[in-house]
Amino acid sequence: MPFGNTHNALKMKYASSEEYPDLSQHNNHMAKILTPAIYERLRSKQTPSGFTLDDVIQTGIDNPGHPFIMTVGCVAGDEETYEVFKELLDPIIEDRHGGYKPTDKHKTDLNPNNLKGGDDLDPNYVLSSRVRTGRSIRGFCLPPHCSRGERRGVEKMSVEALDSLSGDLKGKYYALKNMTDAEQQQLIDDHFLFDKPVSPLLLASGMARDWPDGRGIWHNDTKTFLVWVNEEDHLRVISMQKGGNMKEVFNRFCTGLTKIETLFKDKGTSFMWNEHLGYVLTCPSNLGTGLRAGVHVKIPNMSKHAKFEEVLKRLRLQKRGTGGVDTAAVGGTFDISNADRLGFSEVELVQMVVDGVKLLVDMEKKLEKGQSIDNIMPAQK
Amino acid sequence: MPFGNTHNNFKLNFKVEEEYPDLTKHNNHMAKVLTKDMYAKLRDKQTPSGFTLDDVIQTGVDNPGHPFIMTVGCVAGDEESYEIFKDLLDPIISDRHSGYKPTDKHKTDLNFENLKGGDDLDPNYVLSSRVRTGRSIKGYTLPPHNSRGERRAVEKLSVEALNTLDGEFKGKYYPLNKMTDAEQEQLIADHFLFDKPVSPLLLGAGMARDWPDARGIWHNDAKSFLVWVNEEDHLRVISMEKGGNMKEVFRRFCVGLKRIEETFKKHNHGFMWNEHLGYVLTCPSNLGTGLRGGVHVKLPKLSTHPKFEEILTRLRLQKRGVDTASVGGVFDISNADRLGSSEVAQVQMVVDGVKLMVEMEKKLEKGEAIDGMIPAQK
Repeated sequence: MPFGNTHNALKMKYASSEEYPDLSQHNNHMAKILTPAIYERLRSKQTPSGFTLDDVIQTGIDNPGHPFIMTVGCVAGDEETYEVFKELLDPIIEDRHGGYKPTDKHKTDLNPNNLKGGDDLDPNYVLSSRVRTGRSIRGFCLPPHCSRGERRGVEKMSVEALDSLSGDLKGKYYALKNMTDAEQQQLIDDHFLFDKPVSPLLLASGMARDWPDGRGIWHNDTKTFLVWVNEEDHLRVISMQKGGNMKEVFNRFCTGLTKIETLFKDKGTSFMWNEHLGYVLTCPSNLGTGLRAGVHVKIPNMSKHAKFEEVLKRLRLQKRGTGGVDTAAVGGTFDISNADRLGFSEVELVQMVVDGVKLLVDMEKKLEKGQSIDNIMPAQK
Repeated sequence: MPFGNTHNNFKLNFKVEEEYPDLTKHNNHMAKVLTKDMYAKLRDKQTPSGFTLDDVIQTGVDNPGHPFIMTVGCVAGDEESYEIFKDLLDPIISDRHSGYKPTDKHKTDLNFENLKGGDDLDPNYVLSSRVRTGRSIKGYTLPPHNSRGERRAVEKLSVEALNTLDGEFKGKYYPLNKMTDAEQEQLIADHFLFDKPVSPLLLGAGMARDWPDARGIWHNDAKSFLVWVNEEDHLRVISMEKGGNMKEVFRRFCVGLKRIEETFKKHNHGFMWNEHLGYVLTCPSNLGTGLRGGVHVKLPKLSTHPKFEEILTRLRLQKRGVDTASVGGVFDISNADRLGSSEVAQVQMVVDGVKLMVEMEKKLEKGEAIDGMIPAQK
């Protein structure tokens, strides 16, 4: 570095105990792991772009806990964050990703032909199906840390790549700052657009700076394949449609993603990926596949059943409200998706969703008829 | 978010055009002043503690405009911000503070005996009176930038100083992170406690980091003299009471403030002050006296009169709602100025101006005209 990190250096004048955050009211992954000793060892460090320990953990300090989910409480500012701060992040990754060890290797499988079934989820219950992942563009800092110049650089490169897609993927980019309020509201109502940043989880990490500069949504003409630019990650790639044909959704997802990756490689860039962490993303919870495959499914009876949480856990699924990560379920309709990201391949995770949702719908139907579901309880996957 | 200068240096790899913010939809003081050339000139600079141009302006970039007030759109991270970034801040200060020039000197007058009148505002109309100011403690960075260690040191020092107060000022400190929800609700309802940070203006500047760590409120037993620790400034000092005796409120304000200042000086940590900018605070709008002297006053008729805004402008007063928007014709009326006039002069304007407006209200109640009473521009 030509210069030291001035602000971080100033903090070093205070004893570690004076700077160590008060985490006594906290319940997130970061708070569980970050001891005063770890804080002391890591506080003088920085990544090549100047991301520091306090930058990593600020969101977890400012958001002690979340009513619905166990939050991670930290973010990466660049690819190197996961290396420079591995003493903090490895245990968090292990805790969050089912015991994933620093020596483990992650498997990538984006071949949709390997998915079995998934084309016959009952559309009377399964209202919509969706698969999303994230991608980070190597050489740029991540959303908590990037400057306007970087963010615009990511946007420019992404739009050039996406504009060259063709066939059923042919589409158009809508920069957020040029969108009318009406267009924007329509896209939000269609579940196509990312939220205006109101979640304190995102705000506290700095991801919403300069909003809406450099942000936008690209989608194909049929609105079944979408790319978000510069929200929580550089890119979020989403395939979705009404009804329960997850197979088709996943086909389109894999095809589109592979094409985009090729386009970026042609431009001399690549996605952040390594054989230990898989795809590198802003939030440690999204490492590996970065994949969340889910459905909006009507399960009013099942969701009130005493064993609902247990069933989800055994199926390695999680529930959210239909408005996304920070929302509550409405009218017995839930967003059900894979809980895992790292240590399983894309195909494996979507398979869990397909098989699990099929079972949940069968259970719902049984409960409707007043039948017991005890004999179809699944084993722990 | 506080960035180190390693990060700022990294940004210099990008051209000015690529880093310069899009301010086309913006309407705040920063957006009016910050040209691309100015951005180019200042972007590689930093204060000794590492505060950069982007740190100064982030809140203004993230908050294009405010429905009720023309926001400043920038903050200081330390005392040196006002020097290092003077190319940006001097014009903003001039624009915000009625043409105050870089060569002007500011006058401080905390001698309450210089206030004329102010003890007889009609309590049927003037529901409460309040004077507040801010103070920054030399040697520490300001709330947008400070670390937890610094913030806690400010708290520790402040509490030590405040605990030495006695007589009418004897009181107690309540740290936010140990307050019960009930205590906190009561203090908010009494207008004693600062808001939990929800304003995007504050959030965008990073002032709410680590909340509620090292924040708290100190008040005297009579709850007529309060100090906020580590909200938007290191200290906010407030004197208040029900009714219209602004003279007494200001007396207590001046006496208490002087006692506090003495104690800080004894600890070798004076307040940030210079003869050009007066008291140095986080927001450029609070430079000078940092003083807002105001009343909650019932003006249902006057406030709907077509000349209401004009009268306020001429009296150099501003209106705010009670708890942000006005309810039932009750307004928060206070001095508009902070820099270029003294504390006594500003409170005098409030006393004289509110007295006049209450008289106008009474006339309007009787169906009489107020045209003959419209004041000249102060």
